[in-house]
Amino acid sequence: MNRIQQKLREDKKLLSIYFTAGYPSLKSTVQIIEDLEKNGVDMIEIGLPFSDPLADGPTIQESSTAALKNGMTSDVLFKQLKDIRKTVSIPLIIMGYFNPVLQYGVEKFCKKCHEIGIDGLILPDLPLDVYESDYKAIFEKYGLLNMFLITPQTSDERIRQIDKASKGFIYMVSSASVTGSKSGFGKEQEAYFERIAALKLANPQIVGFGIKDIETFEKATRKAKGAIIGSAFIKFLTENGTGNIHSFINKIR
Amino acid sequence: MKKSGHDSLFGSGGKFHVNEKGYYGEFGGAFIPEMLYPNVEELRQKYLEIMNEESFQKEFHQLLKDYVGRPSPLYFAKRLSEKHGAKIYLKREDLNHTGAHKVNNTVGQILMAKRLGKTRIIAETGAGQHGVATATVCALMGIHCVVYMGEIDIARQAPNVARMKMLGAEVRPATSGSKTLKDATNEAIRDWINNPVDTHYIIGSAIGPHPYPDMVTRFQSVISEEIKWQLMEKEGRENPDYVVACIGGGSNAAGTYYHFLDEPEVGIIAVEAAGKGIDSGESAATSALGKIGIIHGCKTMLMQTADGQITEPYSISAGLDYPGVGPMHSHLYTSGRAEFYSATDDEAMTAGLELSQLEGIIPAIESGHAFAIFQHKKFKPDDVVVMSLSGRGDKDLQTYIDYFKI
Ligand SMILES: Cc1ncc(COP(=O)(O)O)c(C=O)c1O
Repeated sequence: MNRIQQKLREDKKLLSIYFTAGYPSLKSTVQIIEDLEKNGVDMIEIGLPFSDPLADGPTIQESSTAALKNGMTSDVLFKQLKDIRKTVSIPLIIMGYFNPVLQYGVEKFCKKCHEIGIDGLILPDLPLDVYESDYKAIFEKYGLLNMFLITPQTSDERIRQIDKASKGFIYMVSSASVTGSKSGFGKEQEAYFERIAALKLANPQIVGFGIKDIETFEKATRKAKGAIIGSAFIKFLTENGTGNIHSFINKIR
Repeated sequence: MKKSGHDSLFGSGGKFHVNEKGYYGEFGGAFIPEMLYPNVEELRQKYLEIMNEESFQKEFHQLLKDYVGRPSPLYFAKRLSEKHGAKIYLKREDLNHTGAHKVNNTVGQILMAKRLGKTRIIAETGAGQHGVATATVCALMGIHCVVYMGEIDIARQAPNVARMKMLGAEVRPATSGSKTLKDATNEAIRDWINNPVDTHYIIGSAIGPHPYPDMVTRFQSVISEEIKWQLMEKEGRENPDYVVACIGGGSNAAGTYYHFLDEPEVGIIAVEAAGKGIDSGESAATSALGKIGIIHGCKTMLMQTADGQITEPYSISAGLDYPGVGPMHSHLYTSGRAEFYSATDDEAMTAGLELSQLEGIIPAIESGHAFAIFQHKKFKPDDVVVMSLSGRGDKDLQTYIDYFKI
């Protein structure tokens, strides 16, 4: 069984952290991953930086630009992660935009992920129908799960379609926004969380976008299986460096 | 033999047109994050039906006639023809209200937005022509308008920024990346993600996720529809030997080519911006430098690094300063249906000055690139060559002044 599927069976709310590979410095990737696991994080999304991150707000945009300036590429990331499974056992997911994967070669990319021990991919701009017709077989050959997004605007019908196509978790975008927007969770989000819970989907849901502290984490995971913190963690790294990651995680865990 | 003017809304289904899945050959599709799916899908399901409604067509063509000033003239450029040894006709999109072809599309899309029940409009702009054309139709319809524009373009196209503001639009600077058209497009897409319910995104070129390239092309196809009957009046034939247009994202080109795509005797010529030269590292010549990839929700030719990062383009003309081309043009290029050329800043500026002094028409620098074709290709004396004069040069006066030290 894939590490993601195993983790999803654990009887607790999962904390997942997103960070941009190669930020704040090119070589910080592995240390950040190891520190996150040590401090009780359940799952990590390693952001592969892209020049034009359409679905991201300023925080992740800036970290991506900085990471690219630092020299991060798909090749560099794979080299950095070569021995990651010697020290890290929680699920690792690569999250990025489709074009860098396409240029690397989808099959070659998936094969590399498999060799390293990456468990899944999140590629927000790879649409469901193209995935199913062109790439699903490749992902499956290399034991990779592909996680799809849903939003408050996604219809029940489409959510069911996505549920059917998913084998890990469904990435539940908390509100109609790019990453890092400030809005907390109000009535609208609660209604959305309820609506999704009522659908009784086969795949657990992990909530992302807008989670920044213990309060938003608890609200998001009242119904859902877990939540992902991205921009807030990157802001923390910008302000505090990589030296005391525990102080960020311990406020939630 | 004037046609009804309604044909442009019906696809011919030929092999250079979009297929039912949204592809031109291997190019096109909708590579969008799920956040955009409901809006793009709604548009995909409804755009043809709405465009084919009689009331829509009536309103669209009425506005094109009375508000935009169509049909735009097809003008025989006598002195230019003598100079270059061909029968050169200019399709005068520069005479449209707001000064470029962009308004054909914004009139269509604002009517589309109204029928979709949208109450807020966003747009991206490079040269500011699309921004002005969008601000104009929003003023006309009393709809709130936000235009994203790269910080660099705001500086080099100041008159258009002032026009947009005067028309009541809000101009928001895009400060990321190269601070030009690509980044303005990113910001507009992010805005749409943040405002999915009330907002329609009026894309300004034949780019973006399906159905945008096809929808924009259909609205612009009025250009070639008119060329056909106008050329019949002047030359006794519908088909020229060549149609020539500059390509940024490719909307004036798509409109100019549309009704000739399936007429093999019509040569299709595209001119891209070579900036300081194709090999200079400062260029926007996508066909020469690009590779297939994904940009702004569409699979197409784009300039990128080996690692798949989109390259920052350069051109003296803000409207051509884009690292990709629309999917139709990628297909025209790889299938060999169209000949692709590129013109440097210097060639385009020289061609702009030449047109000014031979014909009394100061073109937009974007259009100047199309006219640089005569520095690259020799035509036969009896070749009928129709040039898309996509816009007028008023907005570029400062750039001309600086360049020629006028
Ligand atoms: C006058 C003019 N021509 C051409 C273009 C390029 O756009 P497209 O390739 O979509 O026609 C622009 C864009 O701003 C323009 O203003």
